[in-house]
Amino acid sequence: MRLTCPLCGPRDRREFYYYGAEDYLNRPDAGAPGSAWDDYLHNRDNPAGMTRDLWYHEQGCAQWLIVTRNTVTHAVTAVDLVAGRQGAAT
Amino acid sequence: MPELIAKGPFDGVEPLVMAGLTLAPVEDGPIWSIALLPGGAKAAAKALKPLGLAFPGPGGISEKAGLRLVWTGRDQAFLFGDLPAGLEGAAVVTDQSGGWAGVTLTGPGAARALGRLVAVDVRLAAFPVGGVVRTGLNHMSAVILRTGEDAFEIRVFRSMARTCWHELAEVLRHLGARAPLSA
Ligand SMILES: [Zn+2]
Repeated sequence: MRLTCPLCGPRDRREFYYYGAEDYLNRPDAGAPGSAWDDYLHNRDNPAGMTRDLWYHEQGCAQWLIVTRNTVTHAVTAVDLVAGRQGAAT
Repeated sequence: MPELIAKGPFDGVEPLVMAGLTLAPVEDGPIWSIALLPGGAKAAAKALKPLGLAFPGPGGISEKAGLRLVWTGRDQAFLFGDLPAGLEGAAVVTDQSGGWAGVTLTGPGAARALGRLVAVDVRLAAFPVGGVVRTGLNHMSAVILRTGEDAFEIRVFRSMARTCWHELAEVLRHLGARAPLSA
């Protein structure tokens, strides 16, 4: 398996650390109801098909990445910088 | 204040010559991490321009008159040499001197030798002279510069110096052992 880092180019899977679902980027406000925190921390979809999750380019550029991939075909269709996304802290 | 004894990461280590390749320690001077602040690119470019340097993009190196700027991450580069003025306010600058250990691997077939330990394509077409990659050297994080067709500079965390040397020396020994068999 290879991921194409937007900065480093195509790299072997061993250079990356897998974190979890993209949901981790959508942290509720401090005052959000318990159900929002429950969703954020515990509740995940388990899709047959397209999924987006967070990977860290540990042995490369040390950037967090959002990987779009298909759990049925194993196709990786996009790798984007977390830092580059809309509304991200700079 | 007691007199402390400065020690290099490769004190007492002699270059290893084998299989037509040379593995040798690098003696680095000051190393600075230059991490651009948000919106700091313009001011950094202004400070670097009179020196003939440009802040490098991914995989790039900018070099002039004893100063070398090596890309190491998003909006981040390592500067080898004396720190120029004018970067305050444009970037966060931290002293990395002594934190890294460097070796050179040179000679015909250096890329093939290096390829035994790294999972990126280090052939000339994929990794041209004057470029840099951050990748794993076996299990170590490394910054690898291609300084010539048959010449690489490899830097690892200083704590990994001897392991890095050991791994590369083993590659040279393996290639050296094979050479007479395939002659
Ligand atoms: Zn990367």
